[in-house]
Amino acid sequence: MTDDYIKKKYEPILPQKDEWPVMKLSKSRKEFVKKVAEAAKNRILEFTGGKVEVLKEELETTHYREKLRIKQNPWAVDPEDDYDFWNGVKSSLVQLSADNSLTKVQRKKKYIDILDQITLRYAEEIASTFKHTHYKVTRSIVTTGFARLLNAARVKGFKRLFSNQYTLQDKIQIIGETKHLRDLASKGTIIMVPTHFSNLDSILIGWIISVLGLPPFIYGAGLNLFNIEIFAYFMNALGAYKVDRRKKNLVYIETLKTYSSEAIQFGVHSLFFPGGTRSRSGKIESKLKLGLLSTAVEAQRANYQKGINDVSGKIFIVPVTINYHFVLEAPSLIKEHLSITGQERYYQESDEFSTSLKISKFLLKFFTKGSDISVSVGKPMDVLGHYVDQNGNSMDKNGRIIDTRDYFISDGNITVDTQREEEYTNRLGNRIVQEFHIINRVFSSHLVAFTAFQMIKRENKKMDLFNLLRLPEEDLSIPYASFKAECKRVLERIFELRDKGKVHIAPHLRREIDQIITHGLENVGMYHAKRPLLKDKNGNIITEDLNLLYYYHNRLDGYDLEKLF
Amino acid sequence: MISKNSFKSKSIGVVGLGSFGTAIASLLSEKNHVIAYARRAELVDEINSNHSIDGVAINPNIQATQDPEFLCKACDVIFFMVPSSAFIDVTRLFSPFLYPYHMIIHGTKGLCLNLPEGKSQEDMKVIRRENILTMSEVILKETVVVRVGCLAGPNLAKELAGGLPAATVVSSKFNEVILQGQNLLRSEKFQVYGNSDIIGVELSGVLKNIIAIASGALAGLGLGENAKGLLISRGMVELIYMGNALGGSLKSFIGLAGIGDLVTTCNSTLSRNYTVGYRLAKGETLAEIQTTMEEVAEGINTVRLMKNFMESTGTRAPITENLYKVLFGDLKIEEAVQYLMKYPFSVDVDFL
Repeated sequence: MTDDYIKKKYEPILPQKDEWPVMKLSKSRKEFVKKVAEAAKNRILEFTGGKVEVLKEELETTHYREKLRIKQNPWAVDPEDDYDFWNGVKSSLVQLSADNSLTKVQRKKKYIDILDQITLRYAEEIASTFKHTHYKVTRSIVTTGFARLLNAARVKGFKRLFSNQYTLQDKIQIIGETKHLRDLASKGTIIMVPTHFSNLDSILIGWIISVLGLPPFIYGAGLNLFNIEIFAYFMNALGAYKVDRRKKNLVYIETLKTYSSEAIQFGVHSLFFPGGTRSRSGKIESKLKLGLLSTAVEAQRANYQKGINDVSGKIFIVPVTINYHFVLEAPSLIKEHLSITGQERYYQESDEFSTSLKISKFLLKFFTKGSDISVSVGKPMDVLGHYVDQNGNSMDKNGRIIDTRDYFISDGNITVDTQREEEYTNRLGNRIVQEFHIINRVFSSHLVAFTAFQMIKRENKKMDLFNLLRLPEEDLSIPYASFKAECKRVLERIFELRDKGKVHIAPHLRREIDQIITHGLENVGMYHAKRPLLKDKNGNIITEDLNLLYYYHNRLDGYDLEKLF
Repeated sequence: MISKNSFKSKSIGVVGLGSFGTAIASLLSEKNHVIAYARRAELVDEINSNHSIDGVAINPNIQATQDPEFLCKACDVIFFMVPSSAFIDVTRLFSPFLYPYHMIIHGTKGLCLNLPEGKSQEDMKVIRRENILTMSEVILKETVVVRVGCLAGPNLAKELAGGLPAATVVSSKFNEVILQGQNLLRSEKFQVYGNSDIIGVELSGVLKNIIAIASGALAGLGLGENAKGLLISRGMVELIYMGNALGGSLKSFIGLAGIGDLVTTCNSTLSRNYTVGYRLAKGETLAEIQTTMEEVAEGINTVRLMKNFMESTGTRAPITENLYKVLFGDLKIEEAVQYLMKYPFSVDVDFL
């Protein structure tokens, strides 16, 4: 992968929308939901080992938790009949346990019926409602609308309202294995796994997928986002299915996983945010949520079981990193992170993305002012984390072609071994984290934030992190000369890492060090009320918010750069 | 899932016919056809034509080959039984013929160095965890095989060859590998336990060798059984500290592969590592001992590596440190013992 931007518009790989897997899926939505519900039911029955008592307990727990959720944490998006449905489940359960006239087989059947109702409801709730017309509208809003804003801000004079001098691709730069991704998307099934720093990510990725000429991907979006109208519209348009993090019961989780696995087997490209949620600390995800990822491994095995051994049944994992100078939610994310790790106080979440108004304001700011974003597309891998070639063949590290199918073979046959697949999922998770660090792209703002924070830390060696972060900001000041020297040292190390293929850098890091620092200071967390890093009148480096500085510093965590200090 | 008779059509591979490799090949050959890889042509001929190794008869179910490709094609499950010094080379030799459907179980109780290109152990200021590879990590790094396991436990090759009762631990992250190992090896006289902490089990087998050398030295000096009890229990503590620093779990260290193996090796004149210590105490130098030993005593290399590694962690490992000075410096073994007797161990057990 080079550091160069890719600035071109790609032709769609599937020009006819009817050929899009996601369209096919939405056309057969009803049958698909049924299929998912059925498969999820069987999965849960397998878990209970066919024991009625275990099933009964599972259903009762599910009911209990759902009632609690409705009472304690109701959301605007919840269906109106939520209460009635669960009341109905309750009366069926009560009736059933009181009824002594039934035979064992009859009782079991009745319990399975209840389970059936629940998985069907969940599957229906999770399923995406992709509408092509919405998709088209959204895409044109994003591309044209944002391009207008962009040009309005950058081109001077009357013409600005009509100028096409700047497009979104000047603002959001794409680098990496885009051609490879396109090739594979027309052959097999893609699972894109991006880093997750901001709620903006989903829209951004949706736009990138369309720029690359790929058919829309489906992805699991937090149901909480559907509470905000503007997001709900975008999400539905982009093929999002709904993930409700309040529901932690087995039945729900299994239905969700089944949905993902079946959709992948259907051939629909998917998007997982493998961190599960936005990175609170600002660090690149190092521990991934393996639940959804395991569905990729499972779907791959299922395809082989069905005898689809060619590339059409192959699943490709494509890591993506999104690099920002500025993350709108940074202040609340880092506070939340610190309150969790420091356990100092309960922190009430007040998210910057909580209303449509706030997000619109942000978008306006974002497109009218500076601050570029870059998106790096990594090398595609198979579900075991081996790189694949243009034709989708997996390769070992010496370039020998190997067959992923062989990993699911025992005694000459494809076997189902959930413990094995769990291990494979762990392995895949580790590989994704490794790739994230490799394709990550260092910006000037990351460099200055990292260096400044490490210098402050070195000055206060004896303090632990929490004491350090409580230092009064007004007392902290770094003389420019020494700051510059340290930035240079860190930058040199970054270049060394780059030459070893361990990280990527933005082209602006090739400028003079003073220019880099200026660029970094201008951009790091630029729209925050309190800036993480500034130059004062005397030319010294100061901070207005140490927590934010720590947040932006964390982006370079995981490269052992702190050993320089 | 895996029936008793699985792999009936396939042979089981054994790579390396040292004393332990031969013992394992014999155990395997009771139930299955075995294909063993040996480097020396004479040995291959002897096995295939006379069914013997150095004149000692072996099961005719064991066939020998010099061809890695042939072995890999004929076998799905392969046991790697080569000394750690040759492990990387042998793994690389086999790597082009290994496929994802293979399972590898190794029985090597040593560590490998993983240094940046062109560097030797002397060049490194510090040895960190990433510079050390256990044998399973070597296999994962060098091949496409993921389903990897290891064998560890009190398994003195001579006793196994003599048909005495024993037990071993098969460890792997994959249940199917453990089951496979158990199916293949278990017999009336050989019990096989499973453990999922492969790193911990590998380290148990590796680190106990250090203590075994020390134990041999105590015996050579004639210091008696009280001293040995002291050494084993302090050795156990040191082993646990070192093992935790390398990423193994405590549970494995106090299991069969840890305590079980430690007690056996610290009491046995059949153990090579014990013999090294014993002969050191009798006044021989390391060089003299090494030239006259038939097979490698893994503990010597381990002492050096672990001494360097523990320095980077900042944790003291008094037995290893002093053994290092005896083996590679000019500390007299009597002085080392004296030093250990004066070392201020204040707490008996502080790891539980």
